[in-house]
Amino acid sequence: MIPELGHFALALAVALAVTQAVVGLIGPLLRDPRALAAAPLLAVSQFAAAACAFGALVWAGVVSDFTVKNIADFSSSKVPLFYRISGVWGNHDGSILLWCLILSLCGLAVAVAGGNLPASLRARVLGVLGLVSAGFLLFTLTVSNPFTRIWPPPQNGMGINPVLQDPGLAFHPPMLYIGYVGFSVAFAFAIAALLEGRVDAAFGRWVRPWALISWCFLTGGIALGSLWSYYTLGWGGYWFWDPVENASLLPWLTGTALLHCAIVVEKREALKAWTVLFAIATFSLSLTGTFLVRSGILNSVHSFAASPNQGLFILALLGITIGGSLLLFAIRAPVLAAAGIYAPLSRESALVLNNVFLGACTAVVFTGTLYPPLLNVFTGVQISVGAPFFNETVIPLSVPIILTMGAGPLLAWKRAALAPVLRRLALAGAAALLLLIAMTANTNLITALGLAGGAWVIVSALTDLATRAGITRVSPGAAFARLLKLPRAQVGAALGHLGFGVTVLGIAGMTLASQSVVVLSPGQSVKVGGYNWQLESITAAPGPDYTQHIATLHVDGLVLHPSRRFFSAQKVITSDAAIHTNGFVNLYAVFAGEPNGHAELRLDVHPLAPEIWLGGLIMALGGFFSLSDRRLRVGAPARRRS
Amino acid sequence: MSPLRRRLLFGVPLAVAAAGGAAMYTLLGRMRRGQYNPEAFPSPLLGKPVPVFSLPGTGGLPGFANTDLVNMATPVLVNWFSSWCAVCPQEAPQLAELAAKGVPIWGIDYEDTPAALAQFLSLYGTPYTRIGNDKSGLTAVNWGVYGVPETFLIDKTGIVRWHFAGALTDNLVQKQIEPLLERYA
Repeated sequence: MIPELGHFALALAVALAVTQAVVGLIGPLLRDPRALAAAPLLAVSQFAAAACAFGALVWAGVVSDFTVKNIADFSSSKVPLFYRISGVWGNHDGSILLWCLILSLCGLAVAVAGGNLPASLRARVLGVLGLVSAGFLLFTLTVSNPFTRIWPPPQNGMGINPVLQDPGLAFHPPMLYIGYVGFSVAFAFAIAALLEGRVDAAFGRWVRPWALISWCFLTGGIALGSLWSYYTLGWGGYWFWDPVENASLLPWLTGTALLHCAIVVEKREALKAWTVLFAIATFSLSLTGTFLVRSGILNSVHSFAASPNQGLFILALLGITIGGSLLLFAIRAPVLAAAGIYAPLSRESALVLNNVFLGACTAVVFTGTLYPPLLNVFTGVQISVGAPFFNETVIPLSVPIILTMGAGPLLAWKRAALAPVLRRLALAGAAALLLLIAMTANTNLITALGLAGGAWVIVSALTDLATRAGITRVSPGAAFARLLKLPRAQVGAALGHLGFGVTVLGIAGMTLASQSVVVLSPGQSVKVGGYNWQLESITAAPGPDYTQHIATLHVDGLVLHPSRRFFSAQKVITSDAAIHTNGFVNLYAVFAGEPNGHAELRLDVHPLAPEIWLGGLIMALGGFFSLSDRRLRVGAPARRRS
Repeated sequence: MSPLRRRLLFGVPLAVAAAGGAAMYTLLGRMRRGQYNPEAFPSPLLGKPVPVFSLPGTGGLPGFANTDLVNMATPVLVNWFSSWCAVCPQEAPQLAELAAKGVPIWGIDYEDTPAALAQFLSLYGTPYTRIGNDKSGLTAVNWGVYGVPETFLIDKTGIVRWHFAGALTDNLVQKQIEPLLERYA
């Protein structure tokens, strides 16, 4: 019964989304106040319907209703409650429903928080969101329905994929999806602005908080996914340049560029076409990522059972959404004229450079990801593009990004003077140079450059905050008081940059990791990376739907417990890495196998690895802190700028 | 910039997206007809002679060169492996079974040390009759190896007839390797 209600709610959501699209897009043309007022109500009802559908699927998962094919295939009664819920979005059909739910949540957010928007703009934004929603809900209902029943129902489900039975992976998809799908709001604003024919400072002010909140979630989602692969896949790697990882990185790159150029639209009414294009590109790349994962066109470790028919449906949706918006861009955007002019050395120029470099980075990652399938189209030859390509191309491109990042925030708007900026950057430059010289002697050049780059970004972000607090002009106590009173958007931006610097440090540090695979019997010890690792024992322990073997390792007074789990239902063995961190170095042990009663262990020392995710956390928190700024808050009237 | 050029410039994103969409449409069509499988790792060496190489022996066994792979009495399996490879032990039973049936398996030890190799062989057995030592990994580049383990079937004249990236399974041995061994015997 409940699954039928969910199925019905899904069909209702499709109808409401179609109505929302029609009313939202036609209403402003007719200047009908009833239509303008109806759009937000339709968005609220569409969310209610989508939430009912999703709730019904979660319910089926919780009560283990194996007459629903989706639950029978991906859950079982032995799975703990937490994973019976998170398992709902751990598979293809369920995850696309979550995708739709978040999209309708975006519509709800605009309907509720967009009270200060002009009625016609709000109706158009909701119309665009409704159109996208309608497409994906229709896709879910027709070719990817999670409520499909099977009869007779099996005694028990097939069980959840053991790798997904992990708290990190329960939260990773929803966070990533909020990030991906959240950019639909910025996209809808861009389309609505093109339809209205007006992109001005107000547009920049409206679009920025939406882009920022999505960016925070996307940053968090990517960091969480990377952390998950670090501790569960047992390779000791944190980023594999897998096509699906790249698909999440691409909108992050353009979304970051969007955040930066929307500032210029808001403050200086320039870079309008760029901002609109980045808003369209970011959501288009989110959609493309979804398509690439679902259609199975790319070879990836992220195995969703692929189906070319579903791929064709999504490709058609993409054609309408991306093609339509870029056509509108080609027609309407050429008339957008910049109001503000600026000198070559100015904050605006630094932000243009940011856009250029991030755009170049996007192009490179996009090319590397799509080169193998595209080469196949033209030549029929099949190749693979791996990590070496991305490392060779993205690392050089990150050098100018890191350099600009340090200097940009210190430049004045319109026209900046060089001398005071150089004076303020002296500290960051000295720190970077010292680190570079000290580390080049001990390690390789790339590592030293990475560490110096991280230090440059961190010190210059701190310098930025200190200067704004007036540390050179007033007493330390007064400067601290001023620091607390700084606009939160400025502090958030500095935190965002600082977090990026911390991540760069972590990535550079990880190049110094020492790794080894050893076979030990209990009592034996080995020296790896300057630490003495001793295997004490191997013990067996039962789990809810698996049995596990746990190795006990003593590492210079610390105890690590890497384990192997045997999932009998799926006949799968997973290795859980044991990680000990002191905040700066990770000791990483994986129980890889048990040849002849010995323990095959992978023992790694990862310097600065925690900083990779700490930086991601700081970036996301910086974004949220910035969001709490009164001037950025959605719905708060804009204060006069002095 | 002239207004016309500005208009054309703003149409570039649309043109790029349209080209990308057309390419994706072509690929989906090929996937439906079974002409494109992104999961497959075809070797560019299929149907061609093995590239020129000469590797010294290791693990107490002789090495080999491309010249050893021509004029063979039977087809040979060339198995790329390494002691640090976590997946390699999984195919030890399959390799042992093939070796017991008299199939010559020549190993190439990829970026490894003799000490680690000796320990690996003592743990998982030695199905190999020769082991070449590719310490630098350069031969792997010439062979187009994606990663270890990887197995090539070379016929009696030195032509690569079959290739698989990943650990061998019973299914692969029965359905693919054994029929090919008979065909090229």
